[in-house]
Formats: sequence, structure tokens, C-alpha cells
Amino acid sequence: MNMLIYLIPIALFLSGLGLFAFLWSLKNGQYEDLDGAAWRALQEDPPE
Amino acid sequence: MLSSRIVGPGLRQTDLSVPQVHCGTCITTIEKALKTLPFVDRARVNLSTKRVSIVWKERTGTDPADPAALAKAIVNATGYDAHLFVNAEDMGENLQRELIRAVALCGFAAANIMLLSVSVWSGAEAATRDLFHWISALIAAPALIYGGRFFYQSAWHALRRGRTNMDVPIALAITLSYGVSLWETMHHGEHAWFDATVSLLFFLLIGRTLDHIMRDRARSAITGLARLSPRGAMVIGEDGSHEYRAVEDILPGNQVAIAMGERVPVDGIVESGASDIDVSIVNGESAPRSVKAGDAVQAGTVSLTGSLILRATAAAKDSFLSEVISLMEAAEGGRARYRRIADRAAQYYSPAVHLLALTSFLYWGLAGGDWKRAMLIAIAVLIITCPCALGLAVPVVQVVAAGRLFRNGIMVKDGSAMERLAEVDTVLFDKTGTLTLGRPTLIDVGKATPCHLAVAAGLAAHSRHPLSKALYGIASGPIPVFDGVEELPGKGLQGRTAKGMYRLGNRRFACGENNDEAADPSTLEVVLSRDGQELATFRFEDQIRPGAGLAVGKLSAKGFSTGILSGDRRGTVRVLAQRLGVDRWQAELSPREKAEFCETLAKEGRKAVMVGDGINDAPALAAAHVSIAPATAADIGRQAADFVFMHENLESVPLAIDVSRRAGRLIRENFALAIGYNIIAVPIALAGHATPLIAAIAMSTSSIIVVANALRLNRLAATEHLATAPAGSTQMPSRKAHFA
Repeated sequence: MNMLIYLIPIALFLSGLGLFAFLWSLKNGQYEDLDGAAWRALQEDPPE
Repeated sequence: MLSSRIVGPGLRQTDLSVPQVHCGTCITTIEKALKTLPFVDRARVNLSTKRVSIVWKERTGTDPADPAALAKAIVNATGYDAHLFVNAEDMGENLQRELIRAVALCGFAAANIMLLSVSVWSGAEAATRDLFHWISALIAAPALIYGGRFFYQSAWHALRRGRTNMDVPIALAITLSYGVSLWETMHHGEHAWFDATVSLLFFLLIGRTLDHIMRDRARSAITGLARLSPRGAMVIGEDGSHEYRAVEDILPGNQVAIAMGERVPVDGIVESGASDIDVSIVNGESAPRSVKAGDAVQAGTVSLTGSLILRATAAAKDSFLSEVISLMEAAEGGRARYRRIADRAAQYYSPAVHLLALTSFLYWGLAGGDWKRAMLIAIAVLIITCPCALGLAVPVVQVVAAGRLFRNGIMVKDGSAMERLAEVDTVLFDKTGTLTLGRPTLIDVGKATPCHLAVAAGLAAHSRHPLSKALYGIASGPIPVFDGVEELPGKGLQGRTAKGMYRLGNRRFACGENNDEAADPSTLEVVLSRDGQELATFRFEDQIRPGAGLAVGKLSAKGFSTGILSGDRRGTVRVLAQRLGVDRWQAELSPREKAEFCETLAKEGRKAVMVGDGINDAPALAAAHVSIAPATAADIGRQAADFVFMHENLESVPLAIDVSRRAGRLIRENFALAIGYNIIAVPIALAGHATPLIAAIAMSTSSIIVVANALRLNRLAATEHLATAPAGSTQMPSRKAHFA
């Protein structure tokens, strides 16, 4: 049962990482222009 | 000229709205064009919101930047109109972000607590179970505060006004279940409801967020259109100086210069000049009206053939528009009286639930004497009956329906609009600009000889009168070139060639002053003459909007009664009504009469949808049970309408009604499912057999069933199709050109 001492924090940390990644991408504007991003992937010019 | 905000030392940001961007090439073209300007730091096109945000330097070297060049660069590169985007709508966007963050946090909390709960259900004992419960309590607390506040606020607002809504039982259930779980945890109890509390919150927040996203998308698309209206006009000062002023700053008594093709910003009297003005958007009359010095013109009309100097008689806020606005306010239609279906359900649902929980508490307490157990059972009842499925039932269906309408170029302002549209039994149309395009076309083209048509087109090329444009547009083959064509407002065009003097215009002008042959007022005619001798007569009529006949046919077939409310002349309206097969029509109506007609219908107990576009329709749009406007409508009409359609095709109207009705049916089905689930689950809870495991299973199953049922709307709707272009490549009809 002592395993739980490590496992629970690890589980919480990992899902916390996922939450953080999502909140970061939201704040960073990754979801601002979903239609535009689809088109930009097809552009030939290298992004600046 | 362009407002901007400071984003860094010497850097400013300007947001422009470009409603016509629609593809990857637009993005590249606009961004490239802007980056060639020396003072632009960075530019980025947002295709979803159709906006361009540009960060620019205040000065490069010693030259101050010229922000007006930004809009010009976009117009030159793409031909699209660019308008200043005013940051007034950011409130909604912020709320949406908050909601998404709350969903993410609650999702995180729900997943972790569920993980711990599974261990408890599978047999964790004593100290381990307590530890798991304590950790769950710790995770649930912030989620409850951060995610629950939306429901607490809404429930509090409702309670304070002595009403109840769906959020009251939600707020009560999540608070009580958390409190009792915490109490159980402290006393080493066997059951804790943290998983139920948080997953309930998670599902409900998803519903709330979807509802919000739908409204936000429609709003941003509609505000993009709003920028097409005039923002200023040239004012002539006492000393003859010219100054470009915002519409709001034009005072009564100012002299305003209106160039050919410009929209009149305020009510005024013509001081000098003459022109034909397009009044269709103001009073629905399809024929342009000629004005000369001394005539009054109303705000919103367009000068077509000449430039005018006006003396403003009213400020913008007191102009014709304001009269319409006050009528609109008086005519609070279906919107104000209508209560959302979810609120009506809550009206019965929440007292019933609370009564049930209280009864079971008293029963178990009095019968068994164990008040703690009675408390637990009462809370189990509250959690089981918590309107999770009900909370999702309405928004999920409406989001799916709105998405489907959006793909067909129809924007919905909010969910209540769809609920109201589903109840409609009468469809009223405006004529000019709604059933017709407000664009004249030549009738019996075959009768005109090609050489006369070519001559007429050669003259017409020099004018922007709608009839001239229609003539020019229809001519094919070589067109003679005229030099020195003169346009006489209110009369027509004349051009001299070796063969003689050609005239194109009204009969009196073309064939000499003494010719007084009365023309049929229901059609527009233009006469071509040489030296006063009539060569050809061209007759025009307003072009019927594509799909109008089909739309009216479909509506009649489904048992709707149809009608036309028009400000145009009797003859024109009668012909159109007969041609389209519309049951009832009324002509020569003022804006007030239109609104009154809608109110009379409402008093008879009929629910009418008004489809209209003009300023004169705005009061009727507000007075009707629900309203639809085309994207070409006047700003005020578009704002008053619940639905806005982007395509020219009028089949959007039956489509919107159809989808709304299906959505209404699915919502009722969802309610039935949710209530059916309660009928099974509540006796279990009342009997005292509901454990957290049963609650979790029941809640998730009912939510999934409700969502799956809502998604059927997409499948049902896929079987029919609308003969229009996909929403992405929306073409806006040409009246927009006058706004620019």
C-alpha cells in the first residue's frame, strides 16, 4: 500500500500537466483561429 | 482617422474587420500587402473572426506613420472593404474563455476523482478509503468554486427576484452533496459523492459553454457586417472649408456634401444639386425618386446620379432612424414575453424535486427515527434528480442546429430565437430587398433590337442609376463609345454623335416636353430616342430573389399562411403577390402600420415570423414573434432580427423553420428521456438504495443518451440539401456596394 504514496502524486502531476498544457495553449491563442490555421498549413512560404 | 491602442513603446495595434476574407489566398495576400508598408511591424489575419490585427510603429526614422494606409493597402490588394473594428464586444469573448477554463479544470478534477472513486468502489477499506476521500475533497473544492460560480451567480440572481430557474436545483445539489460528503469523510463514512458533484458540474459547464460559443459566433459575424455602414460625411464649413466628420458630429444646420453613390448620413433639405435617390431601404419603394433643391431627403437613402449639397435638419440621433428606433422600443414583441423552454421546465421541475427530497427526508426521519440516514437519502434524491440531462438537453440540440444553419449561411442570435421560430404559423415578407433583390432587370429582353440595346448600353455605361447599370449589364457584343455624355438628374442621359442627339431616360425627357403619355406605374421604363424620336422602350421590374417562389410554395404546402407587408405601391405588390402565390398582401404601409399589423396578428393568437430588410421593416421585425433578415439589410434591421441569412436564396427561410422545428422536437424527446430516467432512478433513491456508484452510472448514461439524441439532427438534416454555395464562399449580394 505504500506504493500509493508515490502513485497518487504522480497521477495528479501527470493530469495536472495535461491541464496546464491546455490552459497554456488557450492563453497562447492556439484556438483563436481554427479555420485560418487549416489554411496556413497549406501555404508554401516558410513561416517567419 | 483610425483608432488604435498602445501595445509597446512606439508600437500601436489596430484591428480591422474584413468581412469578405474566406480562404488561404486572402490571408497571404493581405498579410503580404501589409508587410510591404514600412511602418508595419506585424500583421495577422484571423479567418474565423474575419479580422486583421496589425501592430505598427508610430514612426519609422523621422516619418510619422499613416494608419489610413493600412485600410487602403487591404483594399488595393484584395478589393475587399476594410472597416475599423471597435473593441466593444470583448466582454462576451472573455466570458467564453472563462467558461472554457472552468470546463478544463472541472474535467481535470472529475477525471482524478473518478479514478480514486473507482478504487473505493472496488473495495478500498478503512484508512485507504478515508485517504482517497480526503484527496477527492481537496481536488473538488477548487473545482466547485471556480466552475460552480456561474451557477451560483445565476441561481442567486433568480432567487433574488423571487423566481426560480434550472440553476437553483443545480447549485443546491452540488453544494449539499459536497457538504454531506465532507461530513461523511470526517466521520469515516462509507459513501462520498465527490465524483458525482464534480462530474455533474463538468457536464453542465459543457452545456453552458456550447450555448455561449454558438451565440458568440453569430455575434462576431454580425458585428462584422455592421461595419459596412457609413461612418462619416464631408461637412462644408462657413468659410467653405471641407472637413470629414463622424456621423455623430454632424449638427443640424451644417452643410453636407453628398457625392454620387454616397449614402445620406442625416435628414436634410437639398440646398443645391439634383439627383435620383434610392429610397428602397428606407421605405421599400423600388423606383428611385428624383430630388432637386428644396426637397427633403431622409437618412439612409443613396444618391445615385448626382452630387448634392444638403442642409442637415436633424442630428443623426434625431434623424428618421431615431423615429424607427422609438417605434421598435414600443413594439416589444415575442422576445420580451417569451420564456425559454428550459426555464418553463424549471418552473415545474425544481419545486417538484425539492418537494420530493423534503418528503423523503421527513418520511425516513419520522418513520425510522434515524435523521442522519434520512438526510443522506434526501441528498441522494437531489443528486439523482439533478437536471444534468435537462441542462444538456436544450443547449446541445441548439448548438447542433445552429451549426447546421451556419453551414447554410444562416446565423442565429440565440437559442430562444430557434424555440420561437419552431412555434410559428404565419410568414410575413417585406417586398423590396427581401422577396426581390432591390435590383431592376429588363423584361422581355428579346423584343429590343440588339443595335438599340447596344446604343442604350453605351449611354448607360456613364451612369450608376440602377436602371442604367441593368441595361449595361445585359448588353453583349460591341458597344458604341460616346464622348461627352451628360447626366441630367431626374431625367436621364444624353450624348451627341454624328447621327444626332441620343437620349436615354424617362419618356418626357427623351421624346420632348409635350409628350404626356402616362406610363404604367407598376413597371419602370426607360426610353431611348434620337433627336426626340423614340427608338426603343425598355421595361424593367425588380428582380425576384432566387428561390422566392419555391420558398413560398414550400411554406404554403406545409400549411403556413403567407403575407406581404410592403411600403411600395399597390400595383407592384399585387403583381408580385399573384406571381408568387402569396395569400395576403398589404401595400403602401408606413413602418408603424407594419408593426401594428404584426401586433394585431399576435392579439389574434397567431405567431408570425417577419422577414424583412429595410429600415422601415425594423419596427415590424421587433414586433413579430420572431424575425429574419438578409445580410444585405440595413444595420438596424439586422440588429432587430433573430436570424440573418447570408445567401441570396430565399429558401433559407423554410430551411431555418424546418431545422428549428426539428430541434424543438428533439428537445422535447430529450426532456422525455430525462424524465423517463428520473422515473426509474428516483424510486431507487427514495428506497434508500442509491449509492454513489449507481448515481455515477445513471448520470453519465442519461447525459450520453441525450447528447447522442441531439446528434441525430445532423443525420436527419443530411438527407435534404439546399441549392446554395457552401458557407465558406459566401457571396454577398451587390447592394453592399452602396454602403462602402
